[in-house]
Amino acid sequence: MYLYSLTLQRATGAVCAVIGSFSGRDSKKAAASGSSSTQEIAVARGSTLELLRPDPETGRLRTLLSVDVFGVIRSLAQFRLTGASKDYLVVGSDSGRLVILEYSPDRNRFDKVHQETFGKSGCRRIVPGQLLSVDPKGRALCIAALEKQKLVYVLNRDAAARLTISSPLEAHKSNTLTFSLTALDCGFDNPVFAAIELEYAESDRDPTGQAADQAQKHLTFYELDLGLNHVSRKASEPIDNGANLLVTVPGGADGPSGLLVCCDNFVLYRNQGHPEVRAVIPRRADLPAERGVLIVAAATHRQKSLFFFLLQTEYGDIFKADLEHNGDTVSELRIKYFDTIPVTSAICVLRSGFLFAASEFGDHALYQFRDIGRDVDVESSSATLMETEEGFQPVFFQPRALKNLFRIDEIESLMPIMDMRVANLFDEETPQVFTACGRGPRSTLRILKPGLAISEMARSMLPAEPIAVWTVKKNINDMFDAYIVVSFANVTLVLSIGETIEEVSDSQFLDTTHSLAVSLLGEDSLMQVHPNGIRHIREDGRVNEWRTPGKKTITKVGSNRLQVVIALSGGELIYFEMDMTGQLMEVEKQDMSGDVACLAIAPVPEGRQRSRFLAVGSYDNTIRILSLDPDDCLQPLSVQSVSSAPESLMFLEVQASVGGEDGADHPANLFLNAGLQNGVLFRTNVDMVTGQLSDTRSRFLGLRPPRLFPCIVSHRQAMLCLSSRPWLGYIHQGHFLLTPLSCDTLESAASFSSDQCSEGVVAVAGDALRIFTIERLGETFNETAIPLRYTPRKFVILPKKKYLAVIESDKGALSAEEREAAKKECLEASGAAENGNAKMENGDGLEEGYEENNTLPDEQYGYPKAESERWVSCIRILDPRSRDTTCLLELQDNEAAVSICTVNFHDKEHGTLLAVGTAKGLQFWPKRNLSAGFIHIYKFVDEGRSLELLHKTQVEEVPLALCQFQGRLLAGVGSVLRLYDLGKRKLLRKCENKLFPRTLVSIHTYRDRIYVGDMQESFHYCKYRRDENQLYIFADDSVPRWLTAANHIDFDTMAGADKFGNIYFARLPQDVSDEIEEDPTGGKIKWEQGKLNGAPNKVEEIVQFHVGDVVTCLQKASLIPGGGECLIYGTVMGSIGALLAFTSREDVDFFSHLEMHLRQEHPPLCGRDHMAYRSAYFPVKDVIDGDLCEQFPSLPADMQRKIADELDRTPGEILKKLEDIRNKII
Amino acid sequence: MQASDRFNINSQLEHLQAKYVGTGHADLTRFEWAVNIQRDSYASYIGHSPMLAYFSIAENESIGRERYNFMQKMLLPCGLPPERDED
Repeated sequence: MYLYSLTLQRATGAVCAVIGSFSGRDSKKAAASGSSSTQEIAVARGSTLELLRPDPETGRLRTLLSVDVFGVIRSLAQFRLTGASKDYLVVGSDSGRLVILEYSPDRNRFDKVHQETFGKSGCRRIVPGQLLSVDPKGRALCIAALEKQKLVYVLNRDAAARLTISSPLEAHKSNTLTFSLTALDCGFDNPVFAAIELEYAESDRDPTGQAADQAQKHLTFYELDLGLNHVSRKASEPIDNGANLLVTVPGGADGPSGLLVCCDNFVLYRNQGHPEVRAVIPRRADLPAERGVLIVAAATHRQKSLFFFLLQTEYGDIFKADLEHNGDTVSELRIKYFDTIPVTSAICVLRSGFLFAASEFGDHALYQFRDIGRDVDVESSSATLMETEEGFQPVFFQPRALKNLFRIDEIESLMPIMDMRVANLFDEETPQVFTACGRGPRSTLRILKPGLAISEMARSMLPAEPIAVWTVKKNINDMFDAYIVVSFANVTLVLSIGETIEEVSDSQFLDTTHSLAVSLLGEDSLMQVHPNGIRHIREDGRVNEWRTPGKKTITKVGSNRLQVVIALSGGELIYFEMDMTGQLMEVEKQDMSGDVACLAIAPVPEGRQRSRFLAVGSYDNTIRILSLDPDDCLQPLSVQSVSSAPESLMFLEVQASVGGEDGADHPANLFLNAGLQNGVLFRTNVDMVTGQLSDTRSRFLGLRPPRLFPCIVSHRQAMLCLSSRPWLGYIHQGHFLLTPLSCDTLESAASFSSDQCSEGVVAVAGDALRIFTIERLGETFNETAIPLRYTPRKFVILPKKKYLAVIESDKGALSAEEREAAKKECLEASGAAENGNAKMENGDGLEEGYEENNTLPDEQYGYPKAESERWVSCIRILDPRSRDTTCLLELQDNEAAVSICTVNFHDKEHGTLLAVGTAKGLQFWPKRNLSAGFIHIYKFVDEGRSLELLHKTQVEEVPLALCQFQGRLLAGVGSVLRLYDLGKRKLLRKCENKLFPRTLVSIHTYRDRIYVGDMQESFHYCKYRRDENQLYIFADDSVPRWLTAANHIDFDTMAGADKFGNIYFARLPQDVSDEIEEDPTGGKIKWEQGKLNGAPNKVEEIVQFHVGDVVTCLQKASLIPGGGECLIYGTVMGSIGALLAFTSREDVDFFSHLEMHLRQEHPPLCGRDHMAYRSAYFPVKDVIDGDLCEQFPSLPADMQRKIADELDRTPGEILKKLEDIRNKII
Repeated sequence: MQASDRFNINSQLEHLQAKYVGTGHADLTRFEWAVNIQRDSYASYIGHSPMLAYFSIAENESIGRERYNFMQKMLLPCGLPPERDED
């Protein structure tokens, strides 16, 4: 079996983010105007590197570039050479190489400037890559490993002002762990790097534990002597043992230099030869005393005469830290409560007054600063620090509503996907993907639908059902459209666009008939084509009318700005052209052999008088290209036969592009698109000179013949295809994409541009006129989120009612009642305090604040922390259509739900029941421990909307896996596989097998086979013998696998994913499978024994692939109607991918060769070898990486040609192949 | 060092042990081996961010706290070393 792997939704979580002027854009302009240059944010999302730019006007973040680097990005840093206007990006990855990238805005790509190899690849303990820091003046960078190694590179520039990099200087220290690394800002003195280090050699040798107790963290300064080209360990000072993070303090003329050392509960100011300044981090009042407060993210804001730090704690509270200093002497460190936002993995402060928060889980956000925390607030200071016998005196605060920040945009993130199902619960054309995402109070159930989201601006009802709609401008130079023209069966309605949209009658359009076409003609005249003629409305109001000869009527029209072709009934074509005086003149006539099905004229090329091509579709299943040149007017140039009669034709001109932010290099191209009556969209390239058709592609769009309409998307020509659902064909980052829109069937559409909405679409459907815009281009899915209460663990679809049953649980949180009580209590407390304040200051604002306090959303602030062995959990029944929760059962007594399944017991007394496995008092450290496990059996009441507990059976271990099997319930209880039957008061044990190595985490069944997944030991294939009532393990895997997800593929095959980010298929060899099935007595399996306590037979791993992300769910499904099934997976980082099985050997050969060439010609950006990455844990086997293949279109044209030559194909054919295989998946 | 020494198996091993932390030797104890494996594991968990996220979901801690905990555990990953026999 060969598979094609394709990521459908790239990882949406963020690992780290840095800010910089990577494009260097506007720097000259900005320097002139005095403002700063544009800033971009580089975000690492696992193995993808993204560049985002906030739009200061709209306040939205736009993705400029997203590139898969086929490696693990662990750290990012940005730097600028002195005097330069552009920042470089340094990437620390798992490649054992240091990579410096430069963003090229003209070609919209990252260019590798330097790639320095220093060690082995992989995320290793002593190979640098985890920690990275650059001197603020861009003179040197230091890249470090968690242990021992630190390498310093000197950065410089050569005579041509190109960046140069030295060979590395070593600053290693054995047996030493590094917690954090940063560069000091010491102006133009020698660069100094500081690290928090901990030496372990002593404690490894001392059995008494004294050395370990006394192990002391040190703050070590490394100085790079630029003159001697040498790194020396300048000083090493003991530091608080809770230190975890270093933040550079501005130096030189801007500040005192030195460092902020963030420790558990404290922030310290340190510098060489400066006494320590210590301040305590304020604590939330409800935090249990044994918990520390750790800073997890930090950002520095610098203005001319001012700098401060924003430090975020692990609970989400942001503190503003600032220093009172006089020259180089710091006298006071103040930490003031700023605001609370969800916990981030990185925060970036932009000069334009925005704050980008890359959330560690859930949606990312862009905030705008309303203030910089100048108001009075809870503050701790080094000056007022109190030390008592119990240690330093803490300072307490209550989180409050946002005061300094204001959220203006959100970027959706699925991270982490905990469970996923693909099903068509809404009875739509394509199935929906249901994902349980997020953590704690920010958990959601997200419904993903393939396609682009639309946002509706207006919808108004019309008196009857319209058949067509157009928009026209009055003048070609107008920014906005002037009229919307709607045609009904026998009247035409004209609406004028202004402040409002209203009907007008002075437009000169003929309103007593239906219209066939309405458009702008020439510079400033309008044309209306109706069945009996062409009405040409001149700018001054004169109307010229051309009438059809005899009783003939016009059936079809094709036009562009200067040319019009009409088809009369009977099949006569008449061609008009606009002459110099603006008159529409008849030029030529031609009789076609039969009726014309559709017409289209290509747009007038830039600087030309006319377009040369007319496309005519006929009912004999052909499309002809006719010439419109005066010397061979209406003569055929080429003919294309198609599978069904064409219904609609459209030329789409793709203008030449030299890259830039929204396109890749490509020459100008003309495409002819045809919607055929069998629902297929046919797309072919038209030679701009000869009119020959080549490179045809077709795609099934829906049940209705697609009708094609031009529109504008991000300033480019695009195409709307209206079949049983609407599709949009557009160009995004150099790729032509054909994507469905998430809305119902539309009848007719036109582009729409007005004051309020610059790029919209007006469409008619039923008797409604709708105006909408298309959002978030380039995305594969659009999502709707339903909030949940706790981290969702698993969910099942209840088959009959199409409801979802979700189990949610959280560790270390208080139960709902306790939370309520605590909230009330703290509100009263804070209310009293605020009232106290209110007397001192003016009361109004604070009263308001008090009101807001009442509704502090948990999504923003998180649940209050409880002791880590406390669990809260609930079971929820959800109706995904109405998004209502119909039933929510909160579990009591520290129980946590861990598994769920629906089961039909064979006695059929209760019908479908819901089985939920729970664990009480579950603890993971130091060893897994629990007070009891239970299996709850629930009965559905109230038509499946609600649950009623039937009974609850105690088990001795955690029941992590449940599955229905032959009218009974199979449960994996710890390492025991047990078969239960339903009893009156509890479940009855029927049969069990205790021979599994660790803990069962998945059970799948097929006929009498049971496929069991073990937490550490991969799959075990079992058989149930009904007559003997026994379970046997007859085969297992020889590889230890820490299973995180499993799915049944076929009788002999299972797909699994392990914790290290691999997907594999395990298959029982055919002969073994046959042997087992042909053993009627079962005696053979029963007495057969394997070696070393294993099963007698072994499965073979036939597919291996390293995804590079923990896969949490696998499902075999088809995402398109009539498409083949593929294996869909979801990951912790919030990506969704698919593995599709190839159906022909030819395709396998083609794609494996393409992959091979791309590996050679286009090595991954961050220096990791592609093959080595995909084989990180097990050699990749029989999987072709579609993500690499899809980078083919982004290669330079000559390299594309070179690879295509090697494959004996043209680049166009390769692109078509890539498109075809993608269309088979989504 | 003489030229012939460089190809001596012992000196090669010494070179490896000096260069790569955790290279074993004939007298490696069970404890030393385990400590080394644990440190490697923690370093790998920290390096692979999805794995770190996976752990922090299980523990319901923030990723930053989880990373810090793992770093701290690298000090004494297997508890105190056993008493050595003085021979």
